[in-house]
Amino acid sequence: MLEIRDLHASINGKEILKGINLTVNDGEVHALMGQNGAGKSTLSNIIVGHPAYEVTQGSIMFNGQDLLAMAPEERAHAGIFLSFQQPVEIPGVSMNNFMRAALNAKRKAQGLEPIPATEFLKLMRERRRIVELDSKLANRSVNEGFSGGEKKRNEIFQMAMLEPTFTILDETDSGLDVDALRIVAEGFNKLRKPETSALVITHYQRLLDYLKPDIIHVLINGQIVHTGGPEVATMIENEGFDQFVKES
Amino acid sequence: MEKNNEQTLIQEIADKKYEYGFTTDVKTDIIEKGLNEDVVRLISYKKGEPEWLLDFRLKAFRYWQTLKEPTWGHLNMPEIDYQDISYYADPTAKSPVGGKQGDIDPELMKTFDKLGIPLEERMALSGMAVDAVMDSVSVKTTFRERLKEMGIIFCSISEAVREHPDLVRQYLGSVVPYRDNFFAALNSAVFSDGSFVYIPKGVRCPMELSTYFRINARGTGQFERTLIVCDDDAYVSYLEGCTAPMRDENQLHAAIVEIVVMENAEVKYSTVQNWYPGDKEGKGGVLNLVTKRGHLRGRNSRLSWTQVETGSAITWKYPSCVLSGDGSQAEFYSVALTNNFQQADTGTKMIHLGKNTKSTIISKGISAGRSQNAYRGLVKVGKHADGARNYSSCDSLLLGDKCGAHTFPYMDVQNPTAVVEHEATTSKISEDQLFYCNQRGIPLEDAVGLIVNGYAKDVLNKLPMEFAAEAQKLLGVSLEGAVG
Repeated sequence: MLEIRDLHASINGKEILKGINLTVNDGEVHALMGQNGAGKSTLSNIIVGHPAYEVTQGSIMFNGQDLLAMAPEERAHAGIFLSFQQPVEIPGVSMNNFMRAALNAKRKAQGLEPIPATEFLKLMRERRRIVELDSKLANRSVNEGFSGGEKKRNEIFQMAMLEPTFTILDETDSGLDVDALRIVAEGFNKLRKPETSALVITHYQRLLDYLKPDIIHVLINGQIVHTGGPEVATMIENEGFDQFVKES
Repeated sequence: MEKNNEQTLIQEIADKKYEYGFTTDVKTDIIEKGLNEDVVRLISYKKGEPEWLLDFRLKAFRYWQTLKEPTWGHLNMPEIDYQDISYYADPTAKSPVGGKQGDIDPELMKTFDKLGIPLEERMALSGMAVDAVMDSVSVKTTFRERLKEMGIIFCSISEAVREHPDLVRQYLGSVVPYRDNFFAALNSAVFSDGSFVYIPKGVRCPMELSTYFRINARGTGQFERTLIVCDDDAYVSYLEGCTAPMRDENQLHAAIVEIVVMENAEVKYSTVQNWYPGDKEGKGGVLNLVTKRGHLRGRNSRLSWTQVETGSAITWKYPSCVLSGDGSQAEFYSVALTNNFQQADTGTKMIHLGKNTKSTIISKGISAGRSQNAYRGLVKVGKHADGARNYSSCDSLLLGDKCGAHTFPYMDVQNPTAVVEHEATTSKISEDQLFYCNQRGIPLEDAVGLIVNGYAKDVLNKLPMEFAAEAQKLLGVSLEGAVG
């Protein structure tokens, strides 16, 4: 599904990623762990095409398409979704209008007609329940006045609406209390399908206990220094990242 | 935003076509260019007006000759040669003088169809009666018979002069006297058509009344005159829409709208102004120089102005309220969007004279391209206006770094019990907001439209449903790609 080869990237001229190689197959959940500043968010931003980051070398293929040649919205239409670490507020734009615009943009790209209003509202109702958001959601402005937990639940809600094939959770667990974490993680698990994949970025094991990733990568100083199974999370939880720093 | 991306977008927006820029090929009776007493007499003659109205026009004309164009607006106004404009253009010339209904050139019907304003009543939008004005003449007014049954008068002002001379004489110039300002004097001398509305006591007008103004003929000015009288305990919601063809000359639209609101009556006046804004180099476009004012005469009368201004090369317009009646309430909701080289100097005046009067001003300016957008507002509280209250909120949104937003709030409070509040903000659309939309699959241009509509929501919500959707689309189209 996703194939990253020798990816180098920088922001404001400073090199952050120094040769990333990563392959995510259909149906797999990968976790990416690492300390602050290791380049985790840079990688996720590059996958979704944030204009502030510059790719200096390497390639990313997504289902056979050259991802780096695609505009951010085209990547979204192709099935890539990012759960933002800090979802931005858009005052005055209701979740209803926002989601309809998003859904219809995707349908347009697929050559489909806009979604009928009744069908859309039904979908909104169904999907918000997955992350236990109430009926007020539809008329609230995007993320405006949402608590930290609500914002993250709202991200998963949007994922449920857009049904991506490849999802990135960028520190979705940060700032969440135990209950919110459970809702978010269980919501995510409900949305998993045999053919969908994900990349989960986190510092902690807590989220991974719920999501049960197949493969865990350790990112240090812009490079993946270690790849392994679920046991890697336990190693980090017990002994920190230093063991891998030495390894690199 | 990456530089080249930004440039493509700016290019795209500049190339964006003005959707209503077509012209109608119709035989039009246009009088010769130039302005003098004979022209004023000719207009009056063509309209078959009574002596008193000709007198009114001539007085206004003589007064206008003593005036100079105002220069206090934050505007770079092109020089207007008042002798190089034709002051009367009648596209219904084929039908008998006086614009009798029925015998309408099919081309005119087609034009309004194309603008989305069908004039066949069976095709018309339900719940909306339309007076369609092209150049100097009202082409047709729909649903008048149905309204007449309730005692409501809705017709062109020319017709009202003939059919209801006493009402017109009583109220014309009573809110905006011809001595009010330069453009008001000009309009009073040469005004052509517009709508007349009278809602009798206790009647709630069952449908939206609307006037659609269209400029078509080249080298002409349009001098709209609208008069709305809402008697005791009556209610009306009135809408106004405007478009014009693309031309590389400036065309003048100098209008007056007067509204009289009696005891316990309520008037809602909404405008979606989409005159041709000129091209991307700032060439051409309509000069929209308008005096709009409502007089809240009766106790507990209410008036709200809602305007969405996206068109015109220059907008000079301050829909105002004189709150004389005790307990009267006035509102002004405005979205003014300028792009390319457009200039807007717009706002309101709230004049509190009665006791316990209340006014609200919500203004949202959006500037893009190299445009200049100014809010100018006066809140005045008279000596006797005990307990007057005003709340003003003026927000500006900037897109790009070559445009300007300005706020000129004036306050004149002569009563110590008054409470006057003013808030203002200036902001930009953030890249984070745009990227968030992009990541969800919403292309940049749609994202800008979405965010701007969200910004303007408080005002758009005040528009009647049919207009709100139109206005939302318009904001999107007028701004497509205007990100930087």
